[in-house]
Amino acid sequence: MQPFTTLTGLVAPLDRVNVDTDQIIPKQFLKTIERTGLREGLFLDWRKKQDGTPDPELFLNQTRYNGATILLTRDNFGCGSSREHAPWALLDQGFRCLIAPSFADIFYNNCFLNGILPVVLNAEEVQALFQAVRASEGYQLTVDLAEQTVTTPQKTIYRFDVDPFRKNCLLKGLDSIGLSLQHEPTIAAYENKRKTEAPWLFPDL
Amino acid sequence: MAAKTMFEKIWESHVVREEADGTTLLYIDRHLVHEVTSPQAFQGLKLAGRRPRRPGATLAVPDHNVPTTDRRFGISDPVSAKQVKTLEQNCKDLGITFFGMNDIRQGIVHVIGPEQGFTLPGMTIVCGDSHTSTHGAFGALAFGIGTSEVEHVLSTQCLLQKRPKTMEVRVEGALSRHCSAKDIILAIIGKIGTAGGTGHVIEYTGGAIRSLTMEGRMTLCNMSIEGGARAGLVAPDTHTFLYIKDRPLAPKGELFERAVRAWMQLTTDPGAKFDQVVELRADEIAPQVTWGTSPGMVTGVNGKVPDPREMPDEKSRKAAEHALEYMALTPGTPMTKIKLDRVFIGSCTNSRIEDLRLAAQYVKGKKVAPSVHAMVVPGSGLVKQQAEQEGLDQIFKEAGFEWREAGCSMCLAMNADVLQPGERCASTSNRNFEGRQGKGGRTHLVSPPMAVAAAVEGHFVDIRYWS
Ligand code: SF4
Repeated sequence: MQPFTTLTGLVAPLDRVNVDTDQIIPKQFLKTIERTGLREGLFLDWRKKQDGTPDPELFLNQTRYNGATILLTRDNFGCGSSREHAPWALLDQGFRCLIAPSFADIFYNNCFLNGILPVVLNAEEVQALFQAVRASEGYQLTVDLAEQTVTTPQKTIYRFDVDPFRKNCLLKGLDSIGLSLQHEPTIAAYENKRKTEAPWLFPDL
Repeated sequence: MAAKTMFEKIWESHVVREEADGTTLLYIDRHLVHEVTSPQAFQGLKLAGRRPRRPGATLAVPDHNVPTTDRRFGISDPVSAKQVKTLEQNCKDLGITFFGMNDIRQGIVHVIGPEQGFTLPGMTIVCGDSHTSTHGAFGALAFGIGTSEVEHVLSTQCLLQKRPKTMEVRVEGALSRHCSAKDIILAIIGKIGTAGGTGHVIEYTGGAIRSLTMEGRMTLCNMSIEGGARAGLVAPDTHTFLYIKDRPLAPKGELFERAVRAWMQLTTDPGAKFDQVVELRADEIAPQVTWGTSPGMVTGVNGKVPDPREMPDEKSRKAAEHALEYMALTPGTPMTKIKLDRVFIGSCTNSRIEDLRLAAQYVKGKKVAPSVHAMVVPGSGLVKQQAEQEGLDQIFKEAGFEWREAGCSMCLAMNADVLQPGERCASTSNRNFEGRQGKGGRTHLVSPPMAVAAAVEGHFVDIRYWS
């Protein structure tokens, strides 16, 4: 996994609440057995209006947002299906950081495991950012994970929370499976204890 | 000893170790796998040169991509066929039990876990699928995970987790006749919102929950994720133990007796505290129908399509406007005036034998409206077999429903079962997202009896007053 330390990047706005993973990446892209090549499916069903013309509202259809690495969005982003194809598609498009007032649980977790930093700011802060992004073309933010800050071009600083453990893994790009495997003896001891406490859990298939 | 919730008891008995910030290495008892969210996990495992720690704790089945029509000639879509084949090959390579597409035990992953007795109270159960919450009906801590975590479980039989908060949803009173678990959970989501349970594990309590059958409890817990919660729980009781007894993978004889004694200790202690409590009256719940593109956009069938201008804030107003545009609905339209093109009875929410029995009861002697295309997709091969032994398939077929093979089918339309753009569907599934059942398709979530009535009349009807 690619570490995340600081990022200064162009911000793209997606002004919708409850964006579900079915919208982020539609089902036809779930048939793949790879992690890559998902960018073409990102928000696919929102790219065109019902009459088939490109929807100018979607940031992907506005050249001013080309190359954005930070996605600004609304409440409960990433709800619905657990598909990790959603963060893979966002990553494939170049996003390394997402900012919203809240994220759905599974999606939030999936982001950290793929080197994407989901930042939770409060609704007023997000609203202020939406206004700023729309008002000035080329609007960039700087996100510093170690300091847990988002800094605007005007040097306004927003602070965010993140679990120390997740933060450390992301800062260093650690492989969490490797970390857990270091505790193999503890896992084995746990299993042995449980085999006597709750033996019905152990007859394996 | 401090009073504990059921969630706390299960969580604490699965802690392998804890980091300073509370991140927990949690032991996972059971792991279910399907074809869509697993290939990259198996590939990662193989690339890292690792083996599954406990292959026998994992059960795999293809369900999302499989055709629901005649399967003897395989899957015609080569991409889907490859994904299913990849799962089979991975299972073979790594010694994981696999129920193939033509195995009678095949079915939707959340239907077959309980059916086989793979799901037991007090367990931790995960699957790369958000509706893993279904298994919470047994008093198991069951939640959906991403593909990286599937690989983590295969490699370590553990997961790194932050302890969630707890929410009690208490439903007292008796449901009115013709209402079911589906109406309860839709009403709950309508009340708490689709993010209401975020960060929480919900325990459903109260008289209305206690009187639900196991299958009703599965319907209820299934949609916990639509309320934002990763998991739902119902305390195990006699219903639970009787359901489990004699299932193929359940403990037998003395071991079963011993397990039951332990399971009885799992319930939340009197006086234990939840972080949040929500209360509902079952007698106030009308049959529910969604009108929008999120499961929280729901109302009683006796209600009307809401007016976005009456929404409490700007955000919900915009979301409602958007949803009504997509759904092609006008504010103020009575729900019973909404006409349907398709009806889908199936999915891990409502495709078990009781759902089919209940639906069949309403179908008997009726005909599907000529303007409607209706289908029934059983949750598993065994459900299908049982239904056929009881003659339910005949009842459906005589009324004009299609009777299909088991799978996810039009719940997410990854196989050939897809809504056409603009088609409107009454569906017993769990998600009404834009395009969920096919690009441009419009989904209304309902219970099986409501779906049957809509199929027969061609529009929604209040099942309570339907002859
Ligand atoms: S039936 Fe639908 S919700 Fe359930 S596992 Fe299949 S696709 Fe997911």
